[in-house]
Amino acid sequence: MTLNVDPVALRHDYVARVARRYGVIAAVFGLLCLSFLLDITTGPGGYSLSTIAEVLFDPMSHGARLKVIVWDYRLPVAVTAVLVGALLAVAGAQMQTILNNPLAEPFTLGVSAAASFGASLAIVLGISVIPAVGPLLVTVNAFVFALFTCGFILLATRIKGVGSETMILFGIAIFFTFSALLALMQYMASEDQIARIVFWMMGSLSRASWEKIGLGTILLCFAIPFSLYRTWPMTALRMGETTAQSMGVDVGRLRVEMLICISLLAATAVSFVGTVGFVGLVGPHIARMLVGEDQRYFVPLSALVGALVLSLTSLISKTITPGIIYPIGIITSLIGVPIFISIILSSRRERLQ
Amino acid sequence: MTLTIANLSAGYGRTNVLQDVTVTDIPPGAFVGLIGPNAAGKSTLFKTIAGLITPSKGAITIAGEDVTCLGRKDRAKRVAYMPQAYGCNALLSVFESVLLALKQTTGWRVNDDNLDRVSDTLHALGLSHLANRGVADLSGGQAQMVAVAQTIVRAPDVILLDEPTSALDLHHQLSILTSIRNEMDRKKPVVMAALHDLNLAAKFCDRLVLLRDGAILADGKPEHILALPQIEETYRVLTDLERTQRNVLYVDARLAHIHPRGEAIVRQ
Repeated sequence: MTLNVDPVALRHDYVARVARRYGVIAAVFGLLCLSFLLDITTGPGGYSLSTIAEVLFDPMSHGARLKVIVWDYRLPVAVTAVLVGALLAVAGAQMQTILNNPLAEPFTLGVSAAASFGASLAIVLGISVIPAVGPLLVTVNAFVFALFTCGFILLATRIKGVGSETMILFGIAIFFTFSALLALMQYMASEDQIARIVFWMMGSLSRASWEKIGLGTILLCFAIPFSLYRTWPMTALRMGETTAQSMGVDVGRLRVEMLICISLLAATAVSFVGTVGFVGLVGPHIARMLVGEDQRYFVPLSALVGALVLSLTSLISKTITPGIIYPIGIITSLIGVPIFISIILSSRRERLQ
Repeated sequence: MTLTIANLSAGYGRTNVLQDVTVTDIPPGAFVGLIGPNAAGKSTLFKTIAGLITPSKGAITIAGEDVTCLGRKDRAKRVAYMPQAYGCNALLSVFESVLLALKQTTGWRVNDDNLDRVSDTLHALGLSHLANRGVADLSGGQAQMVAVAQTIVRAPDVILLDEPTSALDLHHQLSILTSIRNEMDRKKPVVMAALHDLNLAAKFCDRLVLLRDGAILADGKPEHILALPQIEETYRVLTDLERTQRNVLYVDARLAHIHPRGEAIVRQ
């Protein structure tokens, strides 16, 4: 056992650690900017970064064709990748915290299964949950079903008492229910419809639009400050439920608040791009390894890492085979998993920075 | 700030664990040992005082003010409770875990005063060398000391420690209780600790409360309480030999019409 260190030294250690964390956040933000720029530049046509930059600042500088390519096609896709990555990662981070389960992510509670069923309902039967939504039929259906699932879990846990095990069990039950219903839909569907369902479930950024981006941004602008506001109770929850309660945290209420927040984030993300697994898991995990679980740094960094992962995925999906854009859902899992496992294995020793 | 518990009944759902518990006038700076067998209601009493359980009846007053109607946050400012089960897998340093205990009841921003208080608390409890260690990597005893630090750092009026020494070796049991006593001399909170070791209880406590089956059996100075027959009845672990002897005596007891359960006879 070492000597009892001077209190002043303890303070300095802590301040230095905080400074290091800001450094990490800034570095990841820098990488995200880089990845975003590359994402816009990459694609058929081979335009240089400077050309693209000029079009960004002055849309008509290189003619109407390039304006359409950059502003109506590449930019929405790149922004959606960043946005959805952040939405999924924040939802995953909060879910892992309130459920005290490192495997939790927006799909654990059956959100994606519900969304997929909602989408298939629209594709196969043309049934809309909310009337007169027109071309947004599939998206709105997916969103409503995802939100409905979260609402159901919320109600169920309200009746049964808000325990984390109960919530996970409900999630699994819901997952199987909607998987079965989805299978039923596929059984009833024509070949063409099955193709559409499968494509929807693979996840694609090509459904990006500025309206969706606006909505997602508003949500994120609400969710991140709210998470930061609740940062101390959420961090306390990581010390265990009873300990958090003994510190004055109303754990039941905190869970419900956060579940509502997560529901909106996850439902929005899933309805925008379809099923994109893994980002909600990998974002928080990498963030946790980098800055620990003080939620003041953990939540923003999760958002940044999630955004970076999906932005890189978008980049990779375009570059594997020029001219073909692979569904991102496939890329995140195929390329992300080996990288993720190697990160976990390599950083097992230094658990806390 | 004087703590008084009056006619407190509380429990889980419809089962009442505590029945009409009254502990009057615990003065500031007093160290009260709560003793009693497992399932006596010690943790329930602590949880009720801390506001984790709503009492069905009775009052808890600190300096004359009833705290049962305070909100969770305000309650946590006055009463700091260290739960029994400890151990978590959070990726937080010891310093951060103590800081977060402090931040639950203070403003959002971390200021210099917060950092000073955390550093001083860790220093006072002899935990400075662990400050940068992860809470998940601590031994059981270290985790327990950190949990004590989490309550002390908040400088509350009442500190409730549920078996603060259960995972510690003898040296650390003594050192943690001594540190707590030193802290008490500085800030004068009321400290109640559930203790299983009666020697420790006798050494450190100003007052002992014996709880059994959710009711108070005895309350007073350690020397008085520890001499009571109920203590022996509660804590005595019988060896086979003793049990045989007791059976023999039990026969005599029936003849003599003494206590039908036999425990009084052992003291003869």
